[in-house]
Amino acid sequence: MGDKILKKAELQDVLRALKRTYEVFVPVKENDFYSFKPLMDEEKVDLSFTNTRLSPKPLVLPQSERMFEFTLDEKSEDAHIVKESPKDYPPRIIAGVRPCDAKALRLLQVNFDNPEFKDPWWVKRRESMTLIGLGCSQPCSACFCTSVGCGPFNEEGLDILLFDLGECLLARTLTEKGERLLQLGGMDTDADSGLKKSADEVKTKAEKKISSHVPTDKLREKNVNDLFDAPFWDDVAFACINCGTCTFLCPTCWCFDIQDEVIRGEGDRIRNWDSCMFPLFTLHASGHNPRAQKVQRIRQRFMHKLKYYVDKYSNGVACVGCGRCVKHCPVNIDIREVFNLMNEL
Amino acid sequence: MTDNPYLPFPVRIQQIITETEDKNLKTFKLSFLNREDEERFVFMPGQFCEISVAGKGEIPIGLASSPTEKGFLLFTVNKTGVVTRYLHNMKEGDIIGVRGPLGNWYPWEKMGGKNVVVIGGGFAFTTLRSGIVYMLHPENRNRFKDITVVYGARSPGLLLYRQELAEWEKRDDIKMHITVDATDDPSWPYNVGFVPTVTEQKITTSKDSYALVCGPPIMIKFTQPVLEKVGFKPGQIIMSLEMRMKCGIGICGRCNIGDQYACKDGPVFSLAQLNELPQEY
Repeated sequence: MGDKILKKAELQDVLRALKRTYEVFVPVKENDFYSFKPLMDEEKVDLSFTNTRLSPKPLVLPQSERMFEFTLDEKSEDAHIVKESPKDYPPRIIAGVRPCDAKALRLLQVNFDNPEFKDPWWVKRRESMTLIGLGCSQPCSACFCTSVGCGPFNEEGLDILLFDLGECLLARTLTEKGERLLQLGGMDTDADSGLKKSADEVKTKAEKKISSHVPTDKLREKNVNDLFDAPFWDDVAFACINCGTCTFLCPTCWCFDIQDEVIRGEGDRIRNWDSCMFPLFTLHASGHNPRAQKVQRIRQRFMHKLKYYVDKYSNGVACVGCGRCVKHCPVNIDIREVFNLMNEL
Repeated sequence: MTDNPYLPFPVRIQQIITETEDKNLKTFKLSFLNREDEERFVFMPGQFCEISVAGKGEIPIGLASSPTEKGFLLFTVNKTGVVTRYLHNMKEGDIIGVRGPLGNWYPWEKMGGKNVVVIGGGFAFTTLRSGIVYMLHPENRNRFKDITVVYGARSPGLLLYRQELAEWEKRDDIKMHITVDATDDPSWPYNVGFVPTVTEQKITTSKDSYALVCGPPIMIKFTQPVLEKVGFKPGQIIMSLEMRMKCGIGICGRCNIGDQYACKDGPVFSLAQLNELPQEY
């Protein structure tokens, strides 16, 4: 594995050439926001984004996905039998992924792909993906990735990491998948030691630019019930309107619902993103609801990310410091303040 | 479990038994459409399944039959929500699905060589029935010491599995204490009184014992101190929890109690485990 170099303008030629083998997704600007879209032939690859509004999580866990299908037509001998829907998993390149969002996929892996159960669709989609990361030379004001075991040039989950060196890009291969992709894309110019040094400088500079820091060191040792019964939850929840924006945008939120839909006797079993912010999420058929109150649901969101996940997987917190929930919360609830409250309790 | 853990096994409703006088509880006897599915379905008492009704959805229901009963599965279903209401109107011969077995089970290994006290209330007696049938099976009975059952419902007509209860009453290898909150039947041969009260009268020692407790929250609340009074430690009190569930395999994220998923890490927990977790269930 090594460091290759290419001119910035060449990136789109390389990606376009790779479209013969892969489906290629890049950040595309629509109105004010970027999102991952298939790369069109006439399109210019735009690397001027801070981050996409939504992480690439829908490319692994679609917002709505058909799981199974069935027919209720009594004339069919398979009536009422739930069957797998045919699916294909073409190889995909996701280019321009920020290191925080790649790390998020790592954090989700323990949930969807564990020794006991494997979510077949998540696993196959994740395996079919090659991630080209783009290091953050200009982190945003809400970023706090360096506090949560990540960083603007963190490599976890990525196959290639790009360093923006002004005129050119340095491509660091991190996996065999990445190596194969560089070969296919014809990127074969080795970076000299001077360019490698520049890349290191870009990285160090970026890390220094991150002004937001949160403490996480005491979360593991805290007693779960002390945190659960902490006095600050009412204050944290006070302004919350339970809109679910935070869970929708969060790259590490994965909860989903399963529903059946039938049209003219033909049905699908579908899974849809769900949110712990909604009362229906935990409502029993009997009417009992363990999280009927807003404060209980807010507490669940933060406890899950900053305590339950930490305890269950010994894998750090389930937050990558991307700052999306901080920027987009309509009532300015700031997870960095909750980190402080929980860690310093 | 199928290769895809979300895919149900197809099953046929072989028989529907109305259990209670209010007709709110029916037992569904299900048989697998495919023999190989039946062979793959290996479970222990205490586990549950997602029952799948195509077009309506899935519901988590405890296995009421015992692994010692071959050729069918039993599920006793309370008519409450969308799927259960629809299921209650289905007919024998209809095709549905079963996904499982899911979750953990009562700690049968640990209970070996011990006395087992089974305490149930209302319709939360289904997986307890599975456990009792399992323990009474000739291959298993001598693995356990005394088996004592306290089972209560509001009235005689609301007790589940009445015929079996009567048969167990006649046996000498299980002590039955059936009770109802109240009855106007002068010939009622069993106890009258709430489950905690009857437990207090009949269960007088915790020596070498495990208690399996399933019932409505109010019953559990008042039974717990009774058991503690005779010396049951939190590790000796075993309970089974219910939560709203979807995936049943610890992935979809809704049934957690602290860092434990009721569907995968539970539904069976000891009181000692629950005491360590947030009280959010």
